[in-house]
Amino acid sequence: MVTLIFDGLAYGMLLFVLSCGLAVTLGLMNFINLAHGAFAMAGGYATVILTNQMGMPFLWTLPLAFIVAAVAGFVLERTLYVRMYARSDLDQVLFTIGLVFMAVSGMDWLMGSQQQILHLPSFLLGRVEVLGVNIGIYRAFLIAVCGVLAIVLQLLITRTRFGSRLRAAVDDQRVAHGVGIPVKTVFAVTFAVGSGLAGLGGALGAEILGLTPNFPLEFLIYFLIVVSVGGTSSMLGPLYASILLGLADVLGKYYIPTLGSFMIYAVLVIVLVVRPQGLFARAA
Amino acid sequence: MKVTRRTVLGTLAATSLVPAAALAQDNVLKVGVVLPMTGGFQSNGRQMQAAINAFVATRGDTAAGRRIELIIKDDASVGDNALRISQELVTRDGAEILTGYGYTPAALAGAQISARGRIPQIVTVAATSSIIDASPYVLRTSQTTPQIATPIGEWAPANGARRFMSIVSDYGPGVDAETWFEKSLLEHGGEVLEKLRVPLANPDFAPFLQRAIDQSPDALFVFVPTGAGAAFMKQFVERGLDQSGIRVIAMSDMMDDDLLNSMGDPALGVITGGPYSAAHDSPENHAFVEAFKAANDGMRPNVVAVGVWDALQLIHDTLEKTGGDASGEAFVEAARGTEMMSARGPIRIDPETREIVQNIYMRRVERGEDGELYNVEFETFEAVADPTH
Repeated sequence: MVTLIFDGLAYGMLLFVLSCGLAVTLGLMNFINLAHGAFAMAGGYATVILTNQMGMPFLWTLPLAFIVAAVAGFVLERTLYVRMYARSDLDQVLFTIGLVFMAVSGMDWLMGSQQQILHLPSFLLGRVEVLGVNIGIYRAFLIAVCGVLAIVLQLLITRTRFGSRLRAAVDDQRVAHGVGIPVKTVFAVTFAVGSGLAGLGGALGAEILGLTPNFPLEFLIYFLIVVSVGGTSSMLGPLYASILLGLADVLGKYYIPTLGSFMIYAVLVIVLVVRPQGLFARAA
Repeated sequence: MKVTRRTVLGTLAATSLVPAAALAQDNVLKVGVVLPMTGGFQSNGRQMQAAINAFVATRGDTAAGRRIELIIKDDASVGDNALRISQELVTRDGAEILTGYGYTPAALAGAQISARGRIPQIVTVAATSSIIDASPYVLRTSQTTPQIATPIGEWAPANGARRFMSIVSDYGPGVDAETWFEKSLLEHGGEVLEKLRVPLANPDFAPFLQRAIDQSPDALFVFVPTGAGAAFMKQFVERGLDQSGIRVIAMSDMMDDDLLNSMGDPALGVITGGPYSAAHDSPENHAFVEAFKAANDGMRPNVVAVGVWDALQLIHDTLEKTGGDASGEAFVEAARGTEMMSARGPIRIDPETREIVQNIYMRRVERGEDGELYNVEFETFEAVADPTH
C-alpha cells in the first residue's frame, strides 16, 4: 500500500513538472498552448540522444534538456506565438495544434517512430527498502527533484520581483507597460521557462512514460486535465492536482484494473462538475 | 440490398478491375506492395522495405518468364489509406497481386479489394486470425497470435510455471493472446490467477506489476507492443521482480529483434515463444541474415522481414507452378499446400484454410558471441497450425 502511494506520488510529481509550464502560459499569460507537449518531447529526445549516443552522464543532460526546450520556446515565442497573443481562443488552438502535428511529423522524420529507450546510470536503478517499504530509487529521485522545483517555482512567482512583475503584466498589460514593466521581455522569459520545464519533464519522464514522436498528442490530455483540475492561478493548484491524479491513477489501476485509465477521467469529471473553476483556484 | 453510395462505388470498382487485369497480359507482372513507411507502424515498414531490397538483390525479379515489378506505396499506418491505395494499385496501376500490409486494419482493408477484384493478397505481417476469412484470395506468410499463444500455454506448465498472471495491452491482439493462452494453459493443467489489461496509451506498468507481485504467481504472461515491452522489462527489473523468482513468459513481439539490442540487460533471460529469431541456427537463416545485412547496411532482420521475404518467394514459386498466371483462382489454388524452407524453418500453406503452418520456438534472451542480444531457441513445437480454424 505504501509502495503504491509512493508510486502514485512519483507519477504525480512527474505530471506536475510536465504540466506546470502549461499552467504558467495558460493561467498567467492567458494563452492556450496545446503545443506544450512538443517542448516536453524536445527535452526528452535531447536527453536520450545525449546519454545514449554521446555518452553524456544522465544528470548532466537534465539541465541541457531544460535549455534546449527553453531556447526552442524562446525562439518560437518571439517569432510565432507573439503574433497570436491578441487573437481569439480558437485561433490559438488551431495554431498550436498545427504546431503539434508539425512537431510529431518532424520528430518522426528525424528520429523514426520507434520507442526511444533511455539508459539510466546504475545508481538510479533498482530499489531500496526503507522501514519495510520498497522504494524505487528513480521514483524517489523524481519526487525529490520535482518537489524542489515546485517550491522554487512557487517562491519565484509569489516572492520575487520578477514574479510580481509577471503577475502585474498578466493582470493588466497596458498599466504594467505604463509603469515601466518590460511586458514583452517578461512574457518571453516566462514562456521560455515554461517550455524549459516541459523539456525537463520530458527528460525525466522518458524512463517511465516512454518516448515516441506521438508524445505531444498522447500526453496532451494529461496536461489539460492537470491544469483544469488544479486551476491556473498559482503553482500550488497544479501541484496538488498532479499528485491527486497520480495517486488516483495508480491506486485505481491497482485496485480496479478493469477500469484501466478511466479513473483519472472520472476525477476530472467530478471536479469540473463540483468546482468548474478548478479545485484550488482563487475566487474569480 | 440497400443501395448506398458505398455499394455503388464498390460495384464500379469491381467492374473496372476486369479490364485492368486483362490489359496486363504482357510480360510484366505488377505486384502492389502496401507498407506503413510512416506513422505508428513505421518500424514494420522499415523492415518490410529492407526485406524487399534484400530479396530483389538476391533472387532477382523474374519468375515464370515474367518480370515482376513491385509498386510500393505508403499507407502512413492508417487503415483507410490502405483501402484507397489497394484500390488504386489494382484499378489504376494494374497490379495483379497485392502484398505487404503491416498491421491488421490494413490487411482487412486490402482484403475487401482482394475479394471484389479476385486479386491474390499475401499478408506479410498482420497476425489476426480472422484476416484469412476476409477474402478467399488471402494467403499469409506471417503468423497468427493464437498460433503463438497456444504453444506457450502448453510449454509453461510442463516447465514449472503453472500459476500465471496475464498482462496484455488492451487492444485486439492483446485480448486474442490472453484468450488463447489461457485456453491452452487450462488444457495443460495450469491456471490464470488474474487477467490484467493495460491501456495502450499509458505505458506506466507500476500498479499492474505491484498487483502481480502481491499475487505471487509462478510467472507473468505478457503481450505488449514492441516498444512498450522495453518499458515493461525495465520496471520489472526496477521492482526487483527478476530476483523474486517470478518469471516472464511472453509473446515474441515483446523481444523483437529490431529493438532487443537497445533494451539491454533487463531483457536477459526473458522467455518468449515465436516463429522467428535472427539467431535461428540453419543454413537458410544464415544465408538470409547475411543477404539482408548486406543489402541494408548491417541492419538486423526481424520476423517482419522474414514474412516479406517468404511472401515474395511464395509469389515466385506459385507463378512458376501456374506458368505466370496470377489470376485469383489459379494462383490461390496453386499456392495451397506449398511447402517452403524459410529462414525460420519449414513452413507450409495449409491446403484447407490457406493459413500458414509453421514451427513455434521457445526462446530465451542471451548475449551472443558478438556481444549483441539474441533470442536463442531451445525448444520447438513443430508445424503449429492456427488453432482458430
